[in-house]
Amino acid sequence: MALFKRLTELDRPSVPFTLDGQAVSGLAGDTLLTAVLTCAEHLRGSDFSAQARAGFCLMGACQDCWVRLGDGRRVRACATPLEAGMQVERDPGRRS
Amino acid sequence: MSAVVIVGAGPAGIRAAQTLAAHGLRPCLVDEAQQGGGQVYRRAPGNFQRPANQLYGFEARKAQAVHQTLDAMSAQIDYRPDTLVWNAEDGHLHTLSQQRVGTVQYDRLLIATGATDRILPVPGWTLPGVYSLGAAQIALKAQGCAIGEQVVFAGSGPLLYLVAYQYAKAGARVLAVLDSSPFGAQVAALPRLLLQPATLAKGLYYRAWLTAHGIAVHQGATLVEVVGEQKVEAVHWQRAGSRHSLACDGLAFAHALRSETQLADLLGCQFSWSPLNRAWLPSRDQAGRSSVPGVYLAGDGAGIMGADAAEMAGERAALALLEDMGITIDRVRGTQLERQLARIQGFRAGLEAAFPFPEQWASQAPDDLMLCRCEEISVGEVRQVVAQGHTDINRVKAHCRVGMGRCQGRMCGSAAVEIIAQAAACPPQQVGRLRAQAPIKPLPFGVEVQP
Amino acid sequence: MSRVAETDVIIIGGGIVGASAALMLALRGQRVVLLERDFCGSRSSGVNYGGVRRQGRSLVQLPLSQRAHELWSDLPGLIGIDGEYVRSGHLKLARSDADMAKLQAWADAAADFDLGVELLDHGQLRQRFAWVGDVAVGASLCSGDGHANPRLVSPAFAAAARRAGARIVEQVQALAFDHDGQAFEVSCSNGERLRAPWLLNCAGAWANHIAEQFGEHVPMTSGHPAMLVTEPLPVVMDVSTGVEGGGIYARQVARGNCVLGGGQGFALDPLRARPGQLATLDILRNAVELYPFLHGAQAIRTWSGTEGYLPDREPVIGHSQAQPGLIHAFGFAGAGFQIGPAVGEALSQLIVEGRSRAPIDAFSIQRFSPLELHKGRSLS
Repeated sequence: MALFKRLTELDRPSVPFTLDGQAVSGLAGDTLLTAVLTCAEHLRGSDFSAQARAGFCLMGACQDCWVRLGDGRRVRACATPLEAGMQVERDPGRRS
Repeated sequence: MSAVVIVGAGPAGIRAAQTLAAHGLRPCLVDEAQQGGGQVYRRAPGNFQRPANQLYGFEARKAQAVHQTLDAMSAQIDYRPDTLVWNAEDGHLHTLSQQRVGTVQYDRLLIATGATDRILPVPGWTLPGVYSLGAAQIALKAQGCAIGEQVVFAGSGPLLYLVAYQYAKAGARVLAVLDSSPFGAQVAALPRLLLQPATLAKGLYYRAWLTAHGIAVHQGATLVEVVGEQKVEAVHWQRAGSRHSLACDGLAFAHALRSETQLADLLGCQFSWSPLNRAWLPSRDQAGRSSVPGVYLAGDGAGIMGADAAEMAGERAALALLEDMGITIDRVRGTQLERQLARIQGFRAGLEAAFPFPEQWASQAPDDLMLCRCEEISVGEVRQVVAQGHTDINRVKAHCRVGMGRCQGRMCGSAAVEIIAQAAACPPQQVGRLRAQAPIKPLPFGVEVQP
Repeated sequence: MSRVAETDVIIIGGGIVGASAALMLALRGQRVVLLERDFCGSRSSGVNYGGVRRQGRSLVQLPLSQRAHELWSDLPGLIGIDGEYVRSGHLKLARSDADMAKLQAWADAAADFDLGVELLDHGQLRQRFAWVGDVAVGASLCSGDGHANPRLVSPAFAAAARRAGARIVEQVQALAFDHDGQAFEVSCSNGERLRAPWLLNCAGAWANHIAEQFGEHVPMTSGHPAMLVTEPLPVVMDVSTGVEGGGIYARQVARGNCVLGGGQGFALDPLRARPGQLATLDILRNAVELYPFLHGAQAIRTWSGTEGYLPDREPVIGHSQAQPGLIHAFGFAGAGFQIGPAVGEALSQLIVEGRSRAPIDAFSIQRFSPLELHKGRSLS
């Protein structure tokens, strides 16, 4: 399942990464947001109701696309280029 | 040697840098993004193959010119991409780049921080699959993706038609365009829109193209609710009292744009209410000088005027900056730019008339609508605080947390003003404005400090 | 000339001290007018760290602080809201044996006050509060202490005072003070004139200007603590923390945000303060050492406020030495939030009963008079 649909620029090398431990892949030039949302349907769970969130503004303003990387860093998926071997972990959020 | 710094490498910042460099200065151009160009001229990744006219349509030549200008002058200026300015204090900007904080000293500063979409929330707007119009455009332009297989576009403003057109042209399935402005508004605005005939022509073209390609365009149409379990499944909307539904998996919406003014606020710039923008904006003189000596403002970050105006304003403000430094400038050019900007301002008034702000939005917003998506605060909670007698937006924020989340009011601020004003039965400018607080965007714990 | 409105008590300043005085006086049937030039609880009372603690105070403050503890125990009864107040406990960390000795010394000195203070050694600290960084060698825990949301609590005192019959006037400044031998006459920025036999100076970090107008000089300085709040995080901290000797103090609210304070900011102008880049960065770089779970977390907002400090870091509470009818209560050195309600009560007792039940002699403004006499009439 996926949220985003690739319309064009399809001829790009595949870039492997993991999402919550599962092996998946994106394409070279994807942001983490694109890479995740072309093979999954959310980026995080909200802080007070654990609602699925998948970003909103795509320009680093809404702060709704934060994901965790394997090295402990937290990054905005919309502004972070996908790199091979990245371990993306999605915070489930919390039901208050 | 005077240190001149420009914040923001969109069309305004790039033209400002170019102007300064042409007069022999070496400005520092700081930009949060990894590639310059701002939003509307956002660059696709280096390995993307679509030509400029596919990415930018009628604006291709302008976009390329802006990019080439930046590329050509990188050696002449101190260009710092991927660098966020999170605070300004005492002649220094505080920056964050790659988890490292640093400072950039300035004697003169030009702020060109641009804008984001202005959002009037609708129930269900936090569902996966719902994005701003700007986001939908970025997904297509910079990532080659559509936000869904079957997309509805809603809200108002010229961007609504542009993005819908771009999607349909790129082969996405566009189900409908729901424009909240009444048809009559656009006709009535024609005289002012004719101030920028080329821009008007493009707008009419997008509109006509959509209709010619069988895409339903509804005017006077407002969103009622977005429904779905884990993601968007349908959009309910209404027009003239009758309700409709559209099964879809993507919704992009916005009502024009809002300026990013946090840095100007932190620097102590005086703000004034702009009825046209329906927002508090940092005041500037005709050339772009702010109320703070040595601080200049250009582009959408100080009032929405579009990319063409941003280029002109960037150049004009840079000329003012140079003049204030005692450097000879072409005064005729300055006057010429001001005249062009005045024409665009007239056009903008026409756009506002053509795509009027939906004044009834606040009164129609249900109590259970989530207003602040970061803190998950409902419209009803805000109304309760107003009922207790608090009408200043910072006071309301302190009491119910609206605008207190990670985005610091970017997504909910405009809407919060409307809700408070409506509940307090006062005009929006009496509600005050959200005070900017550093960091302008989130800062991580464990940062290293650049020596 | 506008008519003069008669009342029993005029209070300058709508922070937690002024507002609680207004509440207590109104509950005792006194007619009160409180003048606040901004919104009640919008200054230090509303932007402080939110600690509600007795632990670590000077001994002379403990009687008032204990009384405040009793008042806080029924906050909803007093002000109508819970203000997010929790008795989480206050854990004061020691980073060295010397600091640990200081914590022990304070616990010993305060033993008579029955605060239930427990000293924890390194092992006990790790066992009970595993999330505290290993840099802490021990701690002192006062289980009954806690924290609350000052943005809600302080304005709520003013709202409660209003419900009790006090007249709370916001966005109005007292412009001039006169005294005709019988009563004060206060001219207000809204054109009103008020007259009352009692005037309470609860003007916080600006109270020295009012004292000056009656010929009383106090060497007050301003402090601006740097404050920072994180995004919502999984809840880890089950206690409010401080550090012996200063450093970074932190608490986590139920919604998950961590509020941290430490270091000094600066004044932007006489009314506003900023936390400052250096102080903010210090917190960001050093907090992880004390609270390792903050690794990867984001700070989303910083702020500061303006607090009044006197050289001995004790407040001024009590009658003016220069003007009968004038009572001062200010200069709480950043520690006025918990103790504020008891101070307000003490002020109401001074007026209604002629004396306060908790001892306040140590806080008399008189302690600055000998200094002034010695140095000649020098400005603070």
